[in-house]
Amino acid sequence: MKALMPGEPLSENPDQTTASADKPPAVEVLSAEKVFANGTRGLAPIDLTIADGEFLTLIGPSGCGKSTLLKLIANLIEPSDGRLLWWRGEFGKVGQDGRRFAFVFQEPTLMPWARVDANVRLPLELADVANAKMAPAVAEAIERVGLSKFARHFPRQLSGGMKMRVSIARALVTNPNLLLMDEPFGALDEFTRNNLDADLIRLWWERKLTTVFVTHSIYEAVFLSTRIIVMAANPGRIFRTMTIDEPQPRDEGFRDSAKFAAYCRELSTWLAEASLPTASGAAS
Amino acid sequence: MKPLLQSEAFVRIAAPLAVGILLIGLWEVGCRLASIPVYLFPKPSDIFASLVHNGPSLLRALTVTLRVTLQAFAAAVVIGTLVAFMFVQSRAIEVSLFPYAVLLQVTPVVAIAPLIIILVKNTQLSLTICATLVALFPIISNTTLGLRSVDPGLANYFRMNRAGRFKTLVKLRIPGALPYFFGGLRISSGLALIGAVVAEFVAGTGGRSSGLAYEILDAGFTLDIPRMFAALFLITLTGIGLFGAMVVLSKLALSDWHESEIGAET
Repeated sequence: MKALMPGEPLSENPDQTTASADKPPAVEVLSAEKVFANGTRGLAPIDLTIADGEFLTLIGPSGCGKSTLLKLIANLIEPSDGRLLWWRGEFGKVGQDGRRFAFVFQEPTLMPWARVDANVRLPLELADVANAKMAPAVAEAIERVGLSKFARHFPRQLSGGMKMRVSIARALVTNPNLLLMDEPFGALDEFTRNNLDADLIRLWWERKLTTVFVTHSIYEAVFLSTRIIVMAANPGRIFRTMTIDEPQPRDEGFRDSAKFAAYCRELSTWLAEASLPTASGAAS
Repeated sequence: MKPLLQSEAFVRIAAPLAVGILLIGLWEVGCRLASIPVYLFPKPSDIFASLVHNGPSLLRALTVTLRVTLQAFAAAVVIGTLVAFMFVQSRAIEVSLFPYAVLLQVTPVVAIAPLIIILVKNTQLSLTICATLVALFPIISNTTLGLRSVDPGLANYFRMNRAGRFKTLVKLRIPGALPYFFGGLRISSGLALIGAVVAEFVAGTGGRSSGLAYEILDAGFTLDIPRMFAALFLITLTGIGLFGAMVVLSKLALSDWHESEIGAET
């Protein structure tokens, strides 16, 4: 595939990235819109196809509805109009097919009374997984995020970055098909964040795990994503789409490349445009 | 090894102990110097002598009071916790019953004790009921508060994982409520003792009791003031013991994770 220049608008054909003919798309958002109870239009009708194995990032100014879109994808809220399909089926089918979602929040949201391993085990317990199967899965997930030595620690004994790793281990332990992350590293310092980004992209690559990621950070978006959706507010909608054409798995070298800088510059310009009142369609 | 005086644990025990010994010393010396008669205000040594002299009867009274207290406390914990579980399961139940829980709390036990003692023939049982009524409210309100004070992020996580009511209760609500529950235990244990003693007073005036309160009443009738103080001393000691037991219990249950029980070292 010919390298795409960062500047090329791609919103006309968002499906060209990693979609292959044999695999159904992980998520299809079909003219889904969200009007909140107080009459606010959270999301204008949105069409979006998330290919299997894609790392898709949602970025945009505050109030652009990126978290709302993520919640729609997670089926935490229902669209006011339009609909969503997961692997070409309704949401109710997802569990029956043995497909699983995992969600990582901005906060680690760990149980303070439970040790690291017990926290990671939680989704398995909630899913009634057999006891014998739990221990190896938990050990493996903790190993993957590099916390084996801390399995018997309590969350309060860990740093913010380590807690976030526990949260990621808890998401990975169920072997999910779709990983949804809502600004997971937003509260961390940049150094920790870069480290976690590198870990995340490695994990994503190892598992070929479809990921939808919400962030405020341009660098994080460019570093991680195969595709970035830039959103604009009033009402929330897709402003532009950018494909990051850099082979996987990426390493820290990508951050220093001229290509990375060019993507960041372009994305930054787009974000500025998306934040303009004219782009948002309302001057308030 | 740090010098003893700088050790936190030593100071925590030694400092209040020193104050206590000093106060008792002043009391003893003051009474002797002013030659206050024993029947007005006894010296600590008189009280101690009375404690030894009336030991068997005071101990018997203590067991009676302690039994009522512990029974009432246990009943309050069981009933209070169950009521709290009911409250968090349904808003309708809470809204319709909570005012009555408050009603129980604000009605002075002295005022309802005579009624209960008349209605319930068994003295031990009637006293236990009175003390339970006093001890119940902190358990209900604290446990309900705890069961409701769920970290919203975690609650969301449980919902997303389609956790049922029972699992959410056992794995999320109950562990999260423990610090509040233990806070309730501390208050309630003291109230159970107060309730027991107050009820004994009421029953004692009718001559139907044999606990420490009755000892105090009886000592008052016979102007045996040192025995009165000795009984009072035992009541105080029981209260401190109960409180201490609750502190230890709470420490054992929460020291691993909850801020309230984590020492200054972290």
